[in-house]
Amino acid sequence: MAVTLVFLGRLEDAAGCDSMTLDIDAPQTIAQLARRLDPELAVAIGGKDIRVAIDGNIVDKGEAVVRDGAELAFLPPVSGG
Amino acid sequence: MRRVSLIDSQWNPDGDIGAFGRAVSDKAGAIASFIGKVRGGGVEALELKHYPAMTLRGMEDLADTVSARWSLDGLLIMHRVGVMYPGEAIVAVSAAAPHRRAAFEAVDFAMDYLKSAAWFWKREKTAGGWQWIEPRAQDHEDLARWT
Repeated sequence: MAVTLVFLGRLEDAAGCDSMTLDIDAPQTIAQLARRLDPELAVAIGGKDIRVAIDGNIVDKGEAVVRDGAELAFLPPVSGG
Repeated sequence: MRRVSLIDSQWNPDGDIGAFGRAVSDKAGAIASFIGKVRGGGVEALELKHYPAMTLRGMEDLADTVSARWSLDGLLIMHRVGVMYPGEAIVAVSAAAPHRRAAFEAVDFAMDYLKSAAWFWKREKTAGGWQWIEPRAQDHEDLARWT
């Protein structure tokens, strides 16, 4: 079982890639997943201004549970136009 | 007449805006159009990244919001992604309405939204290399005008 992490904007630089896969053996909270990342990346994705989406829907970072097959996206402040 | 799309290659919006103007009904006495382009002067290239799982759906939601707020005869929202160069178009928004005020306001609102609330991330290449562009406080203030 695995989940995909997607890093948008400046988080792509912090992660050194635009996405990665983590194996999980049970549903995980975002904090549990973050502990398995490089500490600098974990701090970057934990920032107050970072929003999180699971399978395309914004979730509450503190309460969300990530299940097998999910795509978890980390979304820093946007700048379009 | 509604057109919402993401463009992933070099693009000149003139044809799209012209076609939009011809396609809207003759009840539309006013068409306002905005084109945003890559500004030269130090910037060598600009890259717009997005999140396919959310970007186009968010633009459709924006079109719904604009259409609910103003009575329009047509709305066009098109946004580039990928690497582009000074002078190239990034974004085009057109609104057609019976009278000018609704058309101007709908375009102004849609642009404020696209700048600071749509799922795009912009980075610029200058002599110093690539740098992510954070939203300016002004961008958020512009969007807050409408609430």
